[in-house]
Amino acid sequence: MSEITPEVVSHLATLARIALTEDEIAKLTGELGHIVDSVAKVTEVATPDVPATSHPIPLGTVTRPDVVGVTLTPEQALAGAPERAGNHFKVSSILGEEQ
Amino acid sequence: MSGVSTSSTNGGASSNGDLTRIDASALAELLSSGAVSSVEATQAHLDRIAAVEGDIHAFLHVNAEALDAAAAIDARRAAGETLPALAGVPVAIKDVLCTIDMPSTAGSKILEGWVPPYDATVVAKLRAAGLVALGKTNMDEFAMGSSTEHSAYGNTHNPWDLTRIPGGSGGGSAAAVAAFEAPLALGSDTGGSIRQPAAVTGSVGMKPTYGGVSRYGAIALASSLDQVGPVTRSVLDAGLLHDVIGGHDPRDSTSIPEAWPSFAEAARAGQREGSVRGLRIGVLREMSAEAQGFQAGVLQRFHESLALLEAQGAELVEVSAPSFEYAISAYYLILPAEASSNLAKFDSVRFGMRVTPPGGGTVEDVMSATREAGFGDEVKRRVILGTYALSAGYYDAYYGSAQKVRTLIQRDFAAAFDQVDVLATPTAPTTAFKLGEKLDDPLAMYLNDLTTIPANLAGVPGISLPAGLAPEDGLPVGIQFMAPAREDARLYTVGAALEQLLVAQWGGPLLSQAPVLV
Repeated sequence: MSEITPEVVSHLATLARIALTEDEIAKLTGELGHIVDSVAKVTEVATPDVPATSHPIPLGTVTRPDVVGVTLTPEQALAGAPERAGNHFKVSSILGEEQ
Repeated sequence: MSGVSTSSTNGGASSNGDLTRIDASALAELLSSGAVSSVEATQAHLDRIAAVEGDIHAFLHVNAEALDAAAAIDARRAAGETLPALAGVPVAIKDVLCTIDMPSTAGSKILEGWVPPYDATVVAKLRAAGLVALGKTNMDEFAMGSSTEHSAYGNTHNPWDLTRIPGGSGGGSAAAVAAFEAPLALGSDTGGSIRQPAAVTGSVGMKPTYGGVSRYGAIALASSLDQVGPVTRSVLDAGLLHDVIGGHDPRDSTSIPEAWPSFAEAARAGQREGSVRGLRIGVLREMSAEAQGFQAGVLQRFHESLALLEAQGAELVEVSAPSFEYAISAYYLILPAEASSNLAKFDSVRFGMRVTPPGGGTVEDVMSATREAGFGDEVKRRVILGTYALSAGYYDAYYGSAQKVRTLIQRDFAAAFDQVDVLATPTAPTTAFKLGEKLDDPLAMYLNDLTTIPANLAGVPGISLPAGLAPEDGLPVGIQFMAPAREDARLYTVGAALEQLLVAQWGGPLLSQAPVLV
């Protein structure tokens, strides 16, 4: 039931923000096809009357008192930053030129 | 006392023996009585690491401050302070766990050299209990794998046969313990990453009930499946370590708030006469025959172990779990879906690697170039698969169906536990396979987890302990026990009972039969 084509993999890579090479796209197209065909087995028993489980041990909504606790200092929070500007994380432009 | 390692084949050493060969519980007694200092014990393990790491490569980072931490414990003891049971005992930590004083890479290039600004809760608990961190252990990248071959930092080798895998994803922690580089280690288990490495290295590994041990500061793979747990050489040691790391953590919203019994006490209870009398052990019809892909020697040791327990008064009951055959399929939809979401945080903005494409580009171009350069093949495979499973048009058929299978598996467990107290399976279908053997066949690698995955999907606890060596290849076989959620103590009791019977039969721990490395 899978329709894994190179175009599908390329689109998924864009969604996942991974700049896959053409070779990787070709290899993943074959591998994902096999894997998806295999895991599609779940549809055999997933009938409408079976409820879904998202969490193995259900707990009620967990809250905590709204009090100020110990938090990271700006220095600690920025310690691993690839690039910083003052107390900010620095990144390249968000919008492309045509935007 | 000299810290030089010896080629002793005796697993039980006296206070004059090699400190790396004894169990953590025995070492803790020597420390507590003052016969041995933590500095001596730590130095012995650092020497052992230096001697065997060229062969094993269990560690990604060795803690340069270990001896200082040990000296601090010795000073507190000398000052008359009463210390926790495992104070001064060295421990190895899987690299998926954040440590404020050591790099935490989860086996990925994208986190190379990253030192977190905080400790995982389990690491903070180790420190509070006075354990001495020896370093960080190798693993499949972001815990995706069953062989540790997906680490960005090279393979770990199985101490029983250096050409074979140590299991995965926690191959480093299991190999470190099995090669006497550490008496204790922490692992994490999303689909078997504690239990399967334990099985193939002849060590003990425990995946607690989901929510039993905090996940705060454990770099997340699949948040609804991940659990941190102990990797050791004895069931009692696993219980002692579980007692340290377990319990409620307000920083983890999935942490179970109720108090737990002592798991070390549960293990000690298992060592007492008659501890398994009347215990009903379920044997799964679907996971006990060669036709189902199990190696003959694995099944032989599995059934011999069950016979030993039966001779002590346990009752063997055949049970069925028909939905388990869908577990791998459900797992390889749920895990990639959750992983694709969890790994979105590696975006080159706040921490980790940043790769700017030639000629620059927008932040999105930088993210994509960084993730292309920083992630390995298996991580890319699973992130793309998860993105597919969650994409519009496929969500209901794949992810939605997988969640329904999860319900069916929980129902199978519930029906089984109506009839029996624990379930038993071989931990892995085969003994350790050769390095490289399954690397080019992702599906074959995934199938290796068929026995361990159901426990993660249902959130129930599972323990693996050595059941002997497979006659055909002389490699360790693991037996797994599973219990209902929150009944972890049962696993320590039955595990310790079986371990005692087997060790008596072998004339010493299984690992004393492992090849001498140096």
